[in-house]
Amino acid sequence: MTDNGALEYTTDEMMTVAASRELEDGAVCFVGIGLPSEATNLARATHAPNCLLIYESGTIGAKPEVLPLSIGDGVLAEHADSVVSVSEIFNYWLQAGRVDVGFLGAAQMDRYGNINTTVIGTYESPKVRLPGAGGAPEIAASAREVVIVLRQKPRSFVEDLAFVTSVGHRHGGDSRGELGYGGAGPSMVITDLGILRPDPVTKELTMTALHPGTTVEEAKEATGWELEVAAKVETTDPPTERELEILRDLKARTEASRKKA
Amino acid sequence: MAELVELREAVTGLMSDGDSVALEGFTHLIPTAAAHEIIRQEIRDLTLIRMTPDLIYDQMIGMGCARKLIFSWGGNPGVGSLHRFRDAVENGWPRPLELEEHSHAGMANRYVAGASNLPFAVLRGYVGTDLPKVTSTIVPIKCPFTGEELVAVPALNPDVAMIHAQQADRRGNVAIWGISGIQKEAALSAKRVIVTVEEVVEKFEPRPFQIVLPAVAVDAIAVEPGGSRPSYADGYYDRDNAFYEAWDGISRDRKRFGEWMERHVLGTRDFAEYTKFIESEETLR
Repeated sequence: MTDNGALEYTTDEMMTVAASRELEDGAVCFVGIGLPSEATNLARATHAPNCLLIYESGTIGAKPEVLPLSIGDGVLAEHADSVVSVSEIFNYWLQAGRVDVGFLGAAQMDRYGNINTTVIGTYESPKVRLPGAGGAPEIAASAREVVIVLRQKPRSFVEDLAFVTSVGHRHGGDSRGELGYGGAGPSMVITDLGILRPDPVTKELTMTALHPGTTVEEAKEATGWELEVAAKVETTDPPTERELEILRDLKARTEASRKKA
Repeated sequence: MAELVELREAVTGLMSDGDSVALEGFTHLIPTAAAHEIIRQEIRDLTLIRMTPDLIYDQMIGMGCARKLIFSWGGNPGVGSLHRFRDAVENGWPRPLELEEHSHAGMANRYVAGASNLPFAVLRGYVGTDLPKVTSTIVPIKCPFTGEELVAVPALNPDVAMIHAQQADRRGNVAIWGISGIQKEAALSAKRVIVTVEEVVEKFEPRPFQIVLPAVAVDAIAVEPGGSRPSYADGYYDRDNAFYEAWDGISRDRKRFGEWMERHVLGTRDFAEYTKFIESEETLR
């Protein structure tokens, strides 16, 4: 607690808590590893005990007791409702339209929520070779909506993507619709500074909420393009004591289990 | 029909320079022992296939075994980059590595087509991404019934598939439980199949989410206890997270990597000796 009685928390904790709140109870959620996994498991431990978490390794209804370090950790299978092959996950679940929301991370993102996880520089002679697509292109295509969780920095929020690995709102406007995808694309981007949502018409990501203590100027400085800011910017509710307690407990137990292993 | 053999014998008999080979495993049951045997036998010019190339692919690429990589996600899971993979792509060291890059959905469907003896698979995906611009094996196709635009990707039929499983029985059937990734499809798509197992048992016990690969789908089975370390084998051992973290340092530098591989892999007779050596070292490695 600070002197005035407010809770102390980090910007990363605020980001994870804000992202977790966006997962509705009962939703079928395709989860990426890292920040998305942290947020969705926090949601499962707080307001969304009945969400169905799907990981691309083949686990459906995963209920990990600690956060998985990798996408195929044993904790994902341990209490899962079902474990199926990777081809079933992508064909029967994702492509078939059974996924309500995909939670994704990224290396780089542009103003329309398109994602690069392939290369920095040119493809032929890359400056940095990134891991590649993984499951992201089809999650971005077929999940009914997509929530992106990503720290807001000029290096990750870029004007031009070196490579489009996964499609968000493409070139803005109706351009995504021309691709015939089943899903509607990114509905929001949750960062350590606030929340961006696509403009209803242009589909450009617009800063619609800031976390407590963050200024519009900070958000603009952290963005590699000329950031659109909503006429009325909301302030995110800070993490509650319960959210923080559960998140910290989850992370402490995860850390302890890693040391043990 | 599956034969119980030594891993060395299986690799010598079933693999050649220039083969395409898939060593599958989705962070569970990674066939490390099999990869090390490829490195020990200095097999070259391989087309390596894998959805999620990780440490063992980093090792084979860094040791110059690979000419080409067909993949969808290459990283050190939970840690970061694969430095030998990156060095090969970014700097052509120790030799240039041709890439054929897909998404997980594309790779999974390519194995399914291969296992089904079909020439290609059809899926909804890739459209609007830059992947079709750099990967010639992603081609638009029109549905002959509805006219819908879809994407075709060619079947994968590796010369050899290698997987690690928990158990085989005396008849050569193979049991895998827990997360089984794309191993069944990879095995059924391949011309020759080598399976390493933790142990051979008289009879399989029922386990949750168990799959059994029948003996007729397997050519060689080799017993390699701990053969998927540092990954995990559900029911046998946990993931050695410290090794994944240590690999980041070992693999970052060409010289350190080379010395490590020389000492631990080329300098040991087999995986059992390697495992003993690793366990005898106090500081990681």
